Amino acid sequence: MNTISPYILLSAVLFTMGVIGFLTRRNAIMIFMSVELMLNSANLAFVAFAHQWGQLDGQMFVFFVMAVAAAEVAVGLALIVTVFRTKQSANVDELNQLKG
Amino acid sequence: MSGELIVFIVLAIISVAAATGLLTSRNAVYAALFLIINFATVAVMYLMLNAPFLAIIQISVYAGAIMVLFLFVIMLLGAERLNGEVLSKDLKWQRPLAGGLGVLLLIQAAYVFVSRFGASPVAPDLIKSGPMEIGMKLFNSYLLPFEVTSVLLLVAIIGAVVLTREK
Repeated sequence: MNTISPYILLSAVLFTMGVIGFLTRRNAIMIFMSVELMLNSANLAFVAFAHQWGQLDGQMFVFFVMAVAAAEVAVGLALIVTVFRTKQSANVDELNQLKG
Repeated sequence: MSGELIVFIVLAIISVAAATGLLTSRNAVYAALFLIINFATVAVMYLMLNAPFLAIIQISVYAGAIMVLFLFVIMLLGAERLNGEVLSKDLKWQRPLAGGLGVLLLIQAAYVFVSRFGASPVAPDLIKSGPMEIGMKLFNSYLLPFEVTSVLLLVAIIGAVVLTREK
């Protein structure tokens, strides 16, 4: 293939599915997984564009996105564990007060 | 139809099917395993896009470390069952609205990406993108972001420890 359009289209499809998952699921863990899906589709677009322009910079950005995603998952899952301890549930609709 | 296109279509179907499984599954462990399938197909696409180092990183860091962390937390909390996912009464319209907005976003993104960027052909000569080239680029052009990332990871470690500490 001498064009990257299919990759970009797939990236858009995966990103949209991530957005829909983020908006419709109520479980905090599922919301986190949807965010991971979105980050992954953005990474795919980065790598496709790096391939198109023959530059390494897109791949470097994927590198940093992965590092940020790892940090985000560590802190986010710690938050979920803490919330689960007090509420016995990871449902975001039940988190309607700032005071634990 | 070239061989690369056939491989791409098969991978794309698997990847979208796995994402659909993630969105619809009623069990958090199944959802995490679907996401791992998705990551694996994207890793193969990285190989096709001349990014072998990132493909391995994708498998080892994403599908390995991050998803193991997810599975660990799901099993630690015993939160596999997602039956309690009932929307409260005043949010019944949320699901169809999210679907509609998602389709709108997809059309918009696909139009903008393909019409603006997708048409121009791929650069004729393949770049070298092995670990050596990535490392040289990382420690020459991207040294400051690299250091900032290390601080970010440190903050994440401290945050995780502080948040999960017993009172």
